[in-house]
Amino acid sequence: MEALFAILVGLFFSAAVYLILSRFSIRMMLGIAILGNSVNLLIFTAGRLTRVVPPIIPAGADMLPSGAANPLPQALILTAIVISFSFLAFLLVLTYRAYQELGTDDTTRMHDAEPEDRPLPPLGY
Amino acid sequence: MAAPVTDLSAAMVTAPVPPAHWLAILPVVLCISLGALLLMLRSLPRLQAWIAIAGLVVLLLLDAALLQQVVGHGPLTMVMGRWLPPFGIAFTVDVFSALMALAAAVAALAAGIYALSDTTESGRRYGFFPLLMLLMAGVTGAFLTGDIFNLYVWFEVLLISSFGLLILGSERAQIDGALKYAVLNLIATTLFLIAVGILYASFGTLNMADIAERAAALSGTAPLMTLACLFLLAFAMKAAAFPVNFWLPASYHTPRIAVSALFAGLLTKVGIYALLRVLVMLLPAERDELSLLIAVVGALTVLVGALGALAETDLRRLLGYVVISGIGNMLIGAALGTAEGLGGAVFYALHSVVLMTALYLLAGEAGRRGGSFSLAALGGLYRQNGWFAAISLMLLLAACGLPPFSGFWPKVLLVKASLDVGAWWLAGTILLGGFLLTIACGRVFLFAYWRPASPALPPVRTGWTAGLPLAALTILVIGIGLLPEQLLQLARSAADGLADPSAYIFSVFPEGTIR
Repeated sequence: MEALFAILVGLFFSAAVYLILSRFSIRMMLGIAILGNSVNLLIFTAGRLTRVVPPIIPAGADMLPSGAANPLPQALILTAIVISFSFLAFLLVLTYRAYQELGTDDTTRMHDAEPEDRPLPPLGY
Repeated sequence: MAAPVTDLSAAMVTAPVPPAHWLAILPVVLCISLGALLLMLRSLPRLQAWIAIAGLVVLLLLDAALLQQVVGHGPLTMVMGRWLPPFGIAFTVDVFSALMALAAAVAALAAGIYALSDTTESGRRYGFFPLLMLLMAGVTGAFLTGDIFNLYVWFEVLLISSFGLLILGSERAQIDGALKYAVLNLIATTLFLIAVGILYASFGTLNMADIAERAAALSGTAPLMTLACLFLLAFAMKAAAFPVNFWLPASYHTPRIAVSALFAGLLTKVGIYALLRVLVMLLPAERDELSLLIAVVGALTVLVGALGALAETDLRRLLGYVVISGIGNMLIGAALGTAEGLGGAVFYALHSVVLMTALYLLAGEAGRRGGSFSLAALGGLYRQNGWFAAISLMLLLAACGLPPFSGFWPKVLLVKASLDVGAWWLAGTILLGGFLLTIACGRVFLFAYWRPASPALPPVRTGWTAGLPLAALTILVIGIGLLPEQLLQLARSAADGLADPSAYIFSVFPEGTIR
């Protein structure tokens, strides 16, 4: 099960990297969404994947039975999902605004912050 | 079924927390609650600004008290929700954290005062001051936390507030810069999160003290080298180290000057702080292996920053490259890993927080007086006001690392530390970088100040909101340069705390607590 998930995470990563390397910002956003999800899957897998033993401490014991999944990574993912979701929402709005303002979603043509036709630095007076 | 009788003292804090330990979380509590309060006072921008300034003064005092407490009594730990570590989330403060938090509060106060005149009414209505307080919550939290997942969360807190600050005003260039900044920083934090996930899988704990103790035993069995590389890449991106630095000069010059000053002072230093904390304290053996890589990256960062500054026309972008060059120096300190080198890196980080904030405020004033940020257009500032020119020259010289200003001592430490381990090429790089920066800063002074302006500039009055923070930061820069002894001691003890974290670990796990 873990091996399967590891392969899946690897596929997600490669898709994400491929998309982030694109010139177009909307594809980069898709890549970032996939990247966030692949990280969540990675942490999820790190906490052991099993459905045989529920992560409940039985009466009389003070530890989880061995072989149970670790519940902490799932709590971590919950935080990470909320954060990456809100960031993705922000980035999508930002990309849309950039598209509206700059008239393009091609990052090689976004030159407002770093103009292409800047004058040379002064060489003397 | 009868409830089992349990002894809570084995798993929970049962003794009341000493009042001094509250200092560990009060700075963050203050920032978050003031941020929320200011958000509610959105319709009263004037009152909002004054509450924010008062809050930042209180933050400064709290951080100073925290530093005094930590220096006097060693690292202190406060655990959330009474659960003992490693289950409860701990805030652990040592000298390094407290020093960085104090420097951050100084920078934030200066930028906040400058913002009184720099932000427009609409900028304040869109939430400059609430975002400033939340940014400080993120920065201070990142410095003070003792839990690595918590560090990730504070990174996100400061990142989302920095996005807000960056696009305040919604100009075209701002949106363009913000897009690059946002995407690259988000990728960097995602890399950090990946590393945290693998870290938890190999250690089974997220508490930094716990990890520091177990790292040596695990180094043969767990993929710690991969981890160290991931952390290095993530934090190098945050700190704008050489091959991953190009987002910084693309974005730092776009927002309002107060925001640029705050970013230049704080954000890259948070990356350096995390790098030192994780690589030096948590994974020392892996840092040793990677030291050549870190040294090469640091040396290239120094040179690329200095050469970029030489080639730049826009004053604010030029300062962006100065920031990058400084980051290289700190990385060299981290690569050396000796007490001297780490002390130099910590000292450089403190100096850089103060100085880069001052330099951006200076650029703002120069732009306001000269009517442009371009070196091709500026001129005549010396004739216009001698005092302003004097302050400018001192801050520029401090950036190059010339005595008697604050940049000199950390460079001396770093050069000496590199020569001590026989890395003459690192010492040479630091000196060459300083030389190139001196030329770049000399160019700024030559063009913007000495060159006569074609129509003589009209006299401009600098209001106290710009004059006070500039003067205070300049005094600090000269003061550190002339009387470095005390800060040097503090930086040394911070470096010692990183190299030998036993006091840090003991403050989290006193004898007799469970693991």
